[in-house]
Amino acid sequence: MKNHLISRRSVLAGTAAAGALSLTGFPARAAEPQWKKYAGTKLEVILAKGPRGDNFQKNIKEFTELTGIQVESEQIPEQQQRQKAVIELASGKPSFDVVHVSYHVQKRQFEKAGWLADISGYMKDPNLTAPDLVESDFSAGGLQYAKNDKGQMHSLPWSVDYFILYYNKELFQKKGVAVPKTFDEMVAAAEKLTDAKEGTFGFVGRGLRNANMTLWTNFFLNAGGEFLDAKGGILTDGPEAIEATKLYQTLLTKVAPPGVAGFNWMESMASFTQGRSAMWIDGVGWAPPLEDPAASRIVGKVGYTVVPKGSKGQYSATYGDGIGIAAASKNKEAAYLLCQWAVSKKQGARLLQAGGGVPFRNSILNDPEIQSGVKMPKEWLQSVIDSAKISKLGLPVIIPVAEFRDLVGAALTSTLSGADPATELKKAHEQFRPILERSEKA
Amino acid sequence: MKAIAEVTPAAADPAPGQEWRPPTYWPFVVPALVVVLAVIVFPWVFTIWMSLNEWKVGSPTTFVGFANYVRMPNDPRFVEAVGHTLLYTALSVLLPLILGTFAAVVFHAKFPGRGFLRGVFIMPMMATPVAIALVWTMMFHPQLGVLNYLLSLVGLPPQLWVFHPGTVIPSLVLVETWQWTPLVMLIVLGGLAAIPTEPYESAQIDGASVWQVFRYITLPLITPFLFIAGMIRMIDAVKSFDIIFAITQGGPGSASETINLYLYSVAFIYYDLGYGSAIAVIFFLLIVAMAALMLHLRQRTMWTEIGSGA
Repeated sequence: MKNHLISRRSVLAGTAAAGALSLTGFPARAAEPQWKKYAGTKLEVILAKGPRGDNFQKNIKEFTELTGIQVESEQIPEQQQRQKAVIELASGKPSFDVVHVSYHVQKRQFEKAGWLADISGYMKDPNLTAPDLVESDFSAGGLQYAKNDKGQMHSLPWSVDYFILYYNKELFQKKGVAVPKTFDEMVAAAEKLTDAKEGTFGFVGRGLRNANMTLWTNFFLNAGGEFLDAKGGILTDGPEAIEATKLYQTLLTKVAPPGVAGFNWMESMASFTQGRSAMWIDGVGWAPPLEDPAASRIVGKVGYTVVPKGSKGQYSATYGDGIGIAAASKNKEAAYLLCQWAVSKKQGARLLQAGGGVPFRNSILNDPEIQSGVKMPKEWLQSVIDSAKISKLGLPVIIPVAEFRDLVGAALTSTLSGADPATELKKAHEQFRPILERSEKA
Repeated sequence: MKAIAEVTPAAADPAPGQEWRPPTYWPFVVPALVVVLAVIVFPWVFTIWMSLNEWKVGSPTTFVGFANYVRMPNDPRFVEAVGHTLLYTALSVLLPLILGTFAAVVFHAKFPGRGFLRGVFIMPMMATPVAIALVWTMMFHPQLGVLNYLLSLVGLPPQLWVFHPGTVIPSLVLVETWQWTPLVMLIVLGGLAAIPTEPYESAQIDGASVWQVFRYITLPLITPFLFIAGMIRMIDAVKSFDIIFAITQGGPGSASETINLYLYSVAFIYYDLGYGSAIAVIFFLLIVAMAALMLHLRQRTMWTEIGSGA
């Protein structure tokens, strides 16, 4: 704290230096941005429904007080929001200025179409950017998502979704099972925990086509898998993919509840919160419902930890969303102020503390004061911090992400009714390769 | 039909002795014509145009001729979707027809509380498909659902219902049947009310059994109504989207993906508008063909009626 004490001399020196800098045309870094400059502007925002959207809308008055900018925002269910955004942006005249982007699905598509404004310049402008918002504060995964291949920022990383292992401590104790550190241990533990007569199962996770990809990629990455080769060709029929699919097949057919082939996160969560499944791998954002007595029978009994280690490594499959400005917007500077506010320390802290999302900004995640305000269990926060260290993008950065998820996802689902992993992956691969080639050529 | 066809041109000719005058009615046709062109013709022509282009949202479009149509037979997902659509349609036309006819015969008889029970019976038809789908999804749940509980009461093993590729289509048809049997019943009830009572009286005198009465009197007389009901059901079933989408989204895997669902994915999730339009065109032709077939069959039954009547 000592060097933060301000003496009159240092203030004078600082002012003189700042004055000198402004004379030479260099911006003074310490100043706050001119929040009020765009007062009276009106912005339109489309958000995906969820905790980020809620947190945004709940506190938007603070932004209007700060800047005098009026904000009209709407929350639309995720799938529909993605469609609406794409269709409107493609039309060239979107009805919104600011858009909530699902990176893991839309990054490459948005980038290739040039729909989002380049904000690299704004980030260097002290009249627009608060001093604490610097590129290096965002985690590597976030920057990978937000930057295009030329290194320009096209959005601000908002919230990251790591996959973690949720487990039921009570069931683990009852069977005397230790928390697994590797996938082999996890399978063994799941077998011990499965008691079909009692209706309890060792593992639950997404089996539904498309949705299941986000679970499978944890197995794939930890088996040493990479999505794309150096030429951008897809690599989902190799030995890593087969190993991952075999693990997926074993878990979801031998130790998972019946019908898991049709489960999305919602059904999986239902099985887990009812105490019927002992382990669940899914996104980090489900802690609030698991700890809510109105929705869960296992409040206080949930353990949180990182996804176990595979044969070739340990990663947490990472997904995320950001907030960007439509290239066609006429109010880009005002919109930038809004994006900046959405990912600000204050807003990020609220999000993290409610368990509704994890900010990409390290300064928020590592701030002890913010950490102490987190309402979720300590273990949850620890699993987030640990996952951040082993984070790896959970889906390939390509345009036809949806086709990829559908085709490979359908192959995975087929293996749940007995099909051979290698054959199914090969089939999906053959179908997907021309689609990818066509999308990159266009 | 032939008689009408002969009359029409005669009526259009100017009556003898009257002077031919240029028609003055055409300005009155314009508004309707504009609406039809804008709402029906233009979208269709545009869809056909789109289907001849490689048209992905966010990329420039290029004219590719019939490439999108050539893609279809080589696209295993599309071919499978056609199979699913036909199976789903066949089952969800036949089952409501059989059950609906049976229900109509039951509700045609006079018994106390008939009006009230009829009202109860047609309630499924009034519910919102998506709401129904959500309720059924819960009932289908293999662990927590009520259907498996009911099966266990009678000693049957639990089923996976919509969660297994082998049983997903029949399970969805179950929902569809539950919802649309009442419609068939209403149509057939209308038919039954129109049947004269004399044939029944003579059958009774001849000592016909209940089955014989149904098979040789009721069924032939209500056949035209069954065709109407069948056609309405068929067009509905082939286009069915909401129930399938809300319950399975075409899964598990793509085991319940019909053409309509695949079309939706291609156009609005993969943003491949060109290929999506081509599928829409083929899908439309399929519906037209099926409807034409039904109409043709209906014409034939009418013919036999007249033939047997003469």
